[in-house]
Amino acid sequence: MRTLFIAILMCCVSAAVSATEDGGPQMLRANVDLGNRESLQRGARLFVNYCVSCHSANFMRYNRVAADLGIPEDVVKANMMFTTDKIGEPMRIAMKPADAENWFGVVPPDLSVVARSRGPDWLFSFLNGFYADPAKPTGVNNVYFPNTAMPHVLWEMQGMNRAVFETETHNGTEVAMFRHFEQDRPGTLDEASYMTATRDLVNFLTYVGEPAKLVRYALGVKVLVFLFILWIVAYALKREYWKDVH
Amino acid sequence: MNAITRQLTGLRDWVDDRFPLMSLWNDHMGKYYAPKNFNFWYYFGVFSLVALVIQILTGIWLVMNYKPDAELAFASVEYIMRDVSWGWLIRYMHSTGASAFFIVVYLHMFRGMMYGSYKQPRELIWILGMLLYLCLMAEAFMGYLLPWGQMSYWGAQVIISLFGAIPVIGGTLTEWIRGDYVVSDITLNRFFSLHVIALPFAIAGLVLLHIIALHEVGSNNPDGVEIKKKKDANGVPLDGIPFHPYYSVKDFAGIVVFLMLFSAVMFFAPEMGGYFLEYNNFIPANPMQTPLHIAPVWYFTPYYSILRANTVNFFWIDAKLWGVIFMGLGVMAFFFLPWLDRSPVKSIRYRGGLYKTMLAIFVVAFLILGYLGVKPVSEGRTLVAQICTVIYFLFFLLMPIYTKLDKTKPVPDRVTM
Amino acid sequence: MSDDAVDTRRRRFLTGTTVVIGGIGTAFAAVPFVSSFQPSARAKAIGAPVEVDVSKLEPGQRIIQKWRGKPVWVVRRTPEMIEDLKNLDAAALRDPESQEPQQPEYAKNAWRSDNPEYLVLVGICTHLGCSPTFVPELNAPGVKQPWKGGFFCPCHGSQFDLAGRVYAGVPAPTNMEVPPYRFATDTKIVVGEDKGAT
Repeated sequence: MRTLFIAILMCCVSAAVSATEDGGPQMLRANVDLGNRESLQRGARLFVNYCVSCHSANFMRYNRVAADLGIPEDVVKANMMFTTDKIGEPMRIAMKPADAENWFGVVPPDLSVVARSRGPDWLFSFLNGFYADPAKPTGVNNVYFPNTAMPHVLWEMQGMNRAVFETETHNGTEVAMFRHFEQDRPGTLDEASYMTATRDLVNFLTYVGEPAKLVRYALGVKVLVFLFILWIVAYALKREYWKDVH
Repeated sequence: MNAITRQLTGLRDWVDDRFPLMSLWNDHMGKYYAPKNFNFWYYFGVFSLVALVIQILTGIWLVMNYKPDAELAFASVEYIMRDVSWGWLIRYMHSTGASAFFIVVYLHMFRGMMYGSYKQPRELIWILGMLLYLCLMAEAFMGYLLPWGQMSYWGAQVIISLFGAIPVIGGTLTEWIRGDYVVSDITLNRFFSLHVIALPFAIAGLVLLHIIALHEVGSNNPDGVEIKKKKDANGVPLDGIPFHPYYSVKDFAGIVVFLMLFSAVMFFAPEMGGYFLEYNNFIPANPMQTPLHIAPVWYFTPYYSILRANTVNFFWIDAKLWGVIFMGLGVMAFFFLPWLDRSPVKSIRYRGGLYKTMLAIFVVAFLILGYLGVKPVSEGRTLVAQICTVIYFLFFLLMPIYTKLDKTKPVPDRVTM
Repeated sequence: MSDDAVDTRRRRFLTGTTVVIGGIGTAFAAVPFVSSFQPSARAKAIGAPVEVDVSKLEPGQRIIQKWRGKPVWVVRRTPEMIEDLKNLDAAALRDPESQEPQQPEYAKNAWRSDNPEYLVLVGICTHLGCSPTFVPELNAPGVKQPWKGGFFCPCHGSQFDLAGRVYAGVPAPTNMEVPPYRFATDTKIVVGEDKGAT
C-alpha cells in the first residue's frame, strides 16, 4: 500500500517539474486584482475607448458592467457607449466582419472570453510586447504574438519601442532571441504608468471573461462554512449510532 | 403529534397495500445487512450516485437555456454563464460534476480491484459496473462536444476519426457517426440527443441493475469475507449491520465531505488549471484551424496515451489500427478480471507481495499514461508510453499466473474491524 | 448489538438537528435552480422601456408599439372623444372609476391617462388575451349601446370604451391595463418607465 502512494507522489512531482518547458520569451505577470474596483473602472474606460472600435464583447452587457463595477448607468450611457444607446445591449461593434477582413486580413476576435482562453498574463504581455517593425503593414510587431495583424492601438500612451534581438545557435540553426526593449519615442505615459494602464485593461478583461468571478469566491467560503457545520452534526450523528457497532 | 404520526402511518399502510413500499425499504435499507467493517474506500459508490444526481439535475436545468445548434451553442453557454440568473453556478456544477464523477468512479473501481469485489459471486455486479463505465465515457465524450469550443470540436473530430482505422467500413462508419463529412451541426444535434436522453436513461437503468445485483449477493468488504456464511439464529449475518441507520448516517457524513471538496473546486478552481475546463475551449469551434496542442479531457488520457503509443506497423495491420485496437482492449480488459484472477482470496489484505506489486505497478503505469496523454508527443514520452502500455496489458495477461503463484495468507472466519 | 446504553434522546436530537440543517442546505441549494427561471438579462434587455414618437399621430388615430412582446397602443383622442368619455352612462361600465389596480396612480382618472389627449394601453383583452379591434366610429354595427367609440374584442365580444374601461355584461372582467409610461418630451412617450422615475 505504502509503495503505491509513494509511486503516485513521485508521479505528481515529475508532472510538476516538466510543466515549464516550451520556448519563447518569458511571459510577464499580470497580477490582476478583481477586488480593485477603481482599476476595473479604469480598465473599462480604456476598453470602450481603444478596443471596442474593432473588438466586440458580444456576451457582455453595458448595464451589467455598470452594476458590477459600480458606475452609474447614465455615466455609462454618456461616456462609454459609442455603438448603441440601449444600456441593456451587449458591447457590439459597428464594423462588419467582411470589412475587417479586408482591412486587417483577419477578423478581430470577440474579446468576451479572451481572458479565459489566453489568460491574463498573455494579454498583459501582448499589450506590453509591441515594437516598431517597418517590414509590417501596421509598422509594428509583437514579441509575444509574432506577426500579429493588430496595430499598436495604445502607442500614443506607451510611445514606440525598438526590440533588441541577439542571435543564438540552437542545434545548428540560428535563432533570434529577444533580449529587451529600447524606447525610440516616448509616449504620454511613463513605463510604470503604461504598465498600470494595461494591467487595468487586463483586469477588466478578466472580469469580462467571467463576471461571476466577482461573487464566486465569497459565496464559496459561505458554502464551505455551512457544509462544515452540517458535517459536524452529521459526524456526531454517525458517532452516536456507531456506538452500537463493536 | 400523535395524531399526525398515526395519519402518516395510515398513509404508509395504504400505499403499502398497493405497492411493495415496506419490502423495498427493508430489502435495500432497513434490513439490508452490510458488513460492519467498510473503510474509506467504500464511500465512492455512494459518491458516484451523488455525482449522477448532480449531473442529472444540473443537466435538466442547462438544457432549458442551451441551444444545440452550431451557430448558437457557444453563445448559449456564455448566455448561461452571464445572463441566466445563477446560470454560472449550475454550469460549473455540471462541468465540475463531470470530472468529479470520473474521479469517484475510478476510485470505486480501484476499490473493487483491491478487495477483489469482482470475484465470485459478484462477477455480474462488476460487469454491470463496467457497462456503466462505458456509458459514462460515451456520455462524457458527447457532452464535451456541446459547448462547441475548439477542444469540443477537435476532440470529437479526433475520436470519431479513430473509427476510420477500421478496415473496409471505416470511412463509411465515421460518416455515419457524424452524419456529415466533418463534425458539424448535424453531429452536434445527435450528440445532444444521445447526451441528454439516451445515455442518461441507460446509465440510470444500469445503476438500478448494479444495485439490485449487489443487494442480491451482498456487499464485499475489506477482508473479502462472506458475512452470509455466519448467521445468528434469526438469519442475520453476525458481521452485518442494517444499512439504515448505520450506513445511511455514515454515508451522509461522507457525502457532506464530498460536497465540501466538490464545492472547493467549483467555487475556487472550476477550470482546475485547464484540466476540467480547457482554455482552448473558450475559443468557438473553427473547422478551418486546429489548436496547436489538443488533448482529451483528463479522464480519457490513459487510453489516449495507449492509442498514441502504437507507432509500429505489425503484420498487415498499420499502427493507427493497432492503436485503436489496443485502446479498445485496454478498456475491455477490465471486463475479464473475474476470470483472470485465480487467487483463492479476495482482499489485498490476504494476498502476497506478488499481487500487491503488480497492482501498484499497474496503478503507476495507468497514472503515467494519463499524465502523458495531456502532453504533446516527443520521442522520450512515446517510449515511456510504450513501456507503460506493455505493463498495462501484462497486468491483465499475466494475472492468471501471478495470482496463482502468489503466497496468500489465511483468511479469517469473521471480519476484522 | 446491545441496546443497553442507547441514548435515544441524544439520537433523536442529533437526527432532528441534521435534518433541519440539511433541510436548510437543501433550501439554499434550490435557490439557484428556482431563481434561474426568472427573466434573464437578455429578456430584461429586450423588455426594456421603448420610446413612442407621437409627433406624427393625428387626432383620432392609434399607433401600435411592441413592448415586452405585447402590443401597446397609443391613441390620440379628439376633444369630442374626451368629452364623450364624461358623457358615457357610467351604469353601462363595470368599473367606471378605475377602482381595480389596472393602471398606475397617475392614470387613475376619468381618462385613464396622464395627459387626457393620449391614451396608452396594453392592447390585450383582460378576458383571455386576444387583442381587441380599434373601433373609433360611433355607428359601429353589432356593438352594445351606449357606444361612443372604443375597442371590440373579436374573440368573445368584450367591449371597452376609449379609455379602455370594460362594459358591464361582457366576458372581460376588468378594464384594460395601462402600462407604466412617462412623457420624455411633449411628443415622446417612454413606455415601461413610470412618471417621475427619470
